[in-house]
Amino acid sequence: MRIEGKGLIDRSQTLGFRFDGVEHVGFEGDTLASALLASGQRLIGRSFKYHRPRGLVFAGSEEPNGLVTVRRDGAGVPNVRATMQELHQGLEADSQNRWPSLRFDAMQVNDLFAPFLGAGFYYKTFMWPRAFWEGLYEPLIRRAAGLGRLPQEPEVAPYEKVWAHCDLLVIGAGPAGIMAALTAARAGADVILADEDARPGGRLLAETHEVGGQPGPAWVAAAMAELRDLGVRVMPRTTVTGAYDDGTFGALERVALHLARPGDLPREAFWRIVARRAVLAAGAQERLIAFPGNDRPGVMAAGAVRAYLNRWGVAAGSRVAVFTNNDDGHRTARDLHAAGIEVTALIDARADARLDAPFQVLRGAKVLGTEGRLALKSVTVETDHGTRRVPADCLAVSGGWNPAVHLACHHGARPWWREEIAAFVPPHPGKPGTVPGLIPCGAAAGVFSTAGCLADGQRAGLEALAALDRAGEPAPLPEAEDAPVRVTPLWEVRGEGRAFLDMANDVTTKDVRLAATEGFTSVEHMKRYTTQGMALDQGRGSNVAALAVLAEATGQSVPATGTTTYRPPFTPVSIAAMGAGGRGKGFAPERLTTSHRAALDRLAPMIEAGLWYRPSHFPRTGEPTWKEACDREVATVRSRVGICDVSTLGKIDVQGPDAAAFLDFVYTNTMSTLSPGRVRYGLMLREDGMVMDDGTCARLGEGHFLITTTTAAAGQVMRHLDFVAQALRPDLDLRAISVTEAWAQFAVTGPKARRLLDGILDQPLDEMAFMACRDVQLHGVAARLFRISFSGEEGYEVAVPARYGNALYRDLVARAEAMGGCAYGMEALNVLRIEKGFLTHAELHGRTTAFDLGLQGLMSRKKDFIGRAASERPGLSGPDRQQLVGLKATGRGDAVLAGAHLFPQGAEPVPMNDLGYVTSACWSPTLGLSIGLGFLRDGRTRHGERLQLLDSLRGVDVTVEVTAPVFYDPDGVRMRG
Amino acid sequence: MRLTCPLCGPRDRREFYYYGAADYLDRPAADAAPEAWDAYLHLRDNIAGPVRDLWYHDQGCGSWLVVDRDTVSHEMLSVRAVAEDRA
Repeated sequence: MRIEGKGLIDRSQTLGFRFDGVEHVGFEGDTLASALLASGQRLIGRSFKYHRPRGLVFAGSEEPNGLVTVRRDGAGVPNVRATMQELHQGLEADSQNRWPSLRFDAMQVNDLFAPFLGAGFYYKTFMWPRAFWEGLYEPLIRRAAGLGRLPQEPEVAPYEKVWAHCDLLVIGAGPAGIMAALTAARAGADVILADEDARPGGRLLAETHEVGGQPGPAWVAAAMAELRDLGVRVMPRTTVTGAYDDGTFGALERVALHLARPGDLPREAFWRIVARRAVLAAGAQERLIAFPGNDRPGVMAAGAVRAYLNRWGVAAGSRVAVFTNNDDGHRTARDLHAAGIEVTALIDARADARLDAPFQVLRGAKVLGTEGRLALKSVTVETDHGTRRVPADCLAVSGGWNPAVHLACHHGARPWWREEIAAFVPPHPGKPGTVPGLIPCGAAAGVFSTAGCLADGQRAGLEALAALDRAGEPAPLPEAEDAPVRVTPLWEVRGEGRAFLDMANDVTTKDVRLAATEGFTSVEHMKRYTTQGMALDQGRGSNVAALAVLAEATGQSVPATGTTTYRPPFTPVSIAAMGAGGRGKGFAPERLTTSHRAALDRLAPMIEAGLWYRPSHFPRTGEPTWKEACDREVATVRSRVGICDVSTLGKIDVQGPDAAAFLDFVYTNTMSTLSPGRVRYGLMLREDGMVMDDGTCARLGEGHFLITTTTAAAGQVMRHLDFVAQALRPDLDLRAISVTEAWAQFAVTGPKARRLLDGILDQPLDEMAFMACRDVQLHGVAARLFRISFSGEEGYEVAVPARYGNALYRDLVARAEAMGGCAYGMEALNVLRIEKGFLTHAELHGRTTAFDLGLQGLMSRKKDFIGRAASERPGLSGPDRQQLVGLKATGRGDAVLAGAHLFPQGAEPVPMNDLGYVTSACWSPTLGLSIGLGFLRDGRTRHGERLQLLDSLRGVDVTVEVTAPVFYDPDGVRMRG
Repeated sequence: MRLTCPLCGPRDRREFYYYGAADYLDRPAADAAPEAWDAYLHLRDNIAGPVRDLWYHDQGCGSWLVVDRDTVSHEMLSVRAVAEDRA
């Protein structure tokens, strides 16, 4: 029911929405919860375990019952808190956990079995037989458990991830937070003010208090205007969810969830806010009192009833009773009465409560029970003069307030109990486990009056300024109410029937006592046994009461019982927001070569090589699969000429007077003896003696080298060179830098390679020796030419600045085709190198030594180098090592398969008979048979032997012949020629 | 977590590559006993409290850094460039 003249809603803007298919109307400024309450919708959901009818309890993010499914872009988003969902035109929401309807739910039969469904019933019931665990019990439990239904489609809606930095982050825009932000911003600090609510003001929006002689919301509006003028970044709809290291805070912003037409806006943004100092002004959280039947729809938190009235102009009932143990509950009764709503009784558990009120006050009284089926009709009250029934369609309950200490405890410190306000307050700053630089203030620090919050906010602002080395001025504070806290703890009224603590998980006081009886007396054990506080609301409205009940059951005090651990996030954070940007290219960026477009133009399928994309093959008509194209490309390279983009290989430019000495230290072989204009194959080890990478080293000048790495190890090698230069050989004068992206480099290989190059070079190549390099001009562009080969044919690699790559590649391919040559892809490149026994990271996989690869000749004995000492250890060489060999299939149609293992013929295929494995394999069109490279125990003495190649997974069992690893042109005549 | 790179200033942890204990700086002589090499390559303490380890600013300046930090309190005690230390 709406109350005329009350509330901060815009009654000129009506918004139509649907709940369970029924049309309702609300106003601009409503939440789904306030609009439903205004429509008289008392029943909003069914409880998790017992399917009991439930209504709204709170007005904020701590709401345990008001969980609904909201339809967005055609998909249902489950477990949206109705209190956090701002109303917009066309909003569609459905209740959850009920079938067939909210009013009649077949599963409410669970409630009849409640005596059997207490704490730990899973563990007691679904024990035997063990065989039923997975097949029967788990599917059964899974079907029955859980709220809402996840959409089955992947989430494709936009979400964002954002960073922000500031001097001061103020968490909460109530009176304390606003005052802290004002104080800091007036002194020139760079401030972010974040608040969970759509509208700043905190509790001032929910009360009738005046501040500085004007209504609370008016004071807030003026203060916010000043803050904006001061350049404060105000972030509404932003819940700070966690306090992390180094002043980093996580925060979830609801960017577009309140818009009927969000356009391209992200639904939510997950912020990482880095703040030099932070002020925690997150306010406080009202707690309830547990009594039998306290979960009936209509039983609400007193502060929430007041908020619905003052902020949204909604009466939570027409005849309201209030049950309290503290003075704050009286405010609810007074505000309701002033708004013309009948207050049937103010029930105050304290014998000395104030009596002067224009409505019935029952002091020293307690609520013993509630009546009504789907909504509250009356409450039973125990007084000094016996029990009596008080009519009420809403019972507003206040058990006192808990400061929102959560963020102050996220690093592990525990809050401490302040007896005089009967509440836990943030740990003392500086204690182990406190959040460095975080200053709690206001209600979050146990200061509950408005005047107290304003003063404490200013104190916190000044404290932050001092820590930031900024001078701050205390300003005169506006006048405001300054009521003291008067509370007498009352956690539970015992009587007939169940009294609920955690409504979201259906945990009762009886469950907590049962846990204590069964030995779960520590608060952490009780929590896990009963699931208290483990639902969406994390027990924010019930944990303190639950541990107080546990304290009583175990005969301990509340502070001795202690709290459970506070962990982020403060409110649920959708995975989509945390992982925003991590889809598609955001998950794996693409590195594209300069020839990418040209390769696509030729319909080449691209394959991934790390983050790079490289052409697999270049299909032509009449080639049904990659294999025909690959075979043709290999044959073309062997007989004429082929072009391949090799720019993805790492290129590192090394310069300096000591560059040669440096390279001698990182390569196993010697580079200082290389003449300018020459290239040498080089091998790098890790310090543990295993091969790190191989590549070429070209000496461009006396103190200038260009080395290449494999595509896979480019980053690792750069990092390694930096380490050696900075940490191990600071005595050497050199610089090394990656120039991989700066150069486009193409292999031109095959018997006609030189003729092709002569066509583009400004000066024809006369004689160029194998493993030589030189500067050249082509089409007037300065380029580098290397005579190196990864195919086994006469080969050159030509490098131009990357901006010429596209043009040069297209030109090279066109010229090759005119000569009967072609572009070739990764498949052909792989076949060409396997035929030649050249290595890739299939062989350099991190467990192979130079000896294993047959490259022990590259290990210089005349100098120290990285990996030398370790590589000389026994066990890293010798006949027990698995050594690189070639393998040939012997049977017609048989194929060598990478990953298969080698066994002696006739031996049982068990690990102890395993002699080695295949690392690379292909069909060799040149040899007309299937070949492979692999590692075989004492392999170099086994050439000519026949072994059995087994792969049980793929059903491979073929006979192979062991050979030398070079199948094609073993003397290198074609390559050097 | 943030590291204050001596060259680039305070930067997010994601810009850095973590290597491991700073023991890796103390490379034994080429002819040192196998035990020394074994300790250098393989033996590391697993410390709760102040540790010294190596980080590489691979999304930044390429500096190797010696970082003193506390694995219990997560406090950053100091960040120094290896090259400065060794110069």
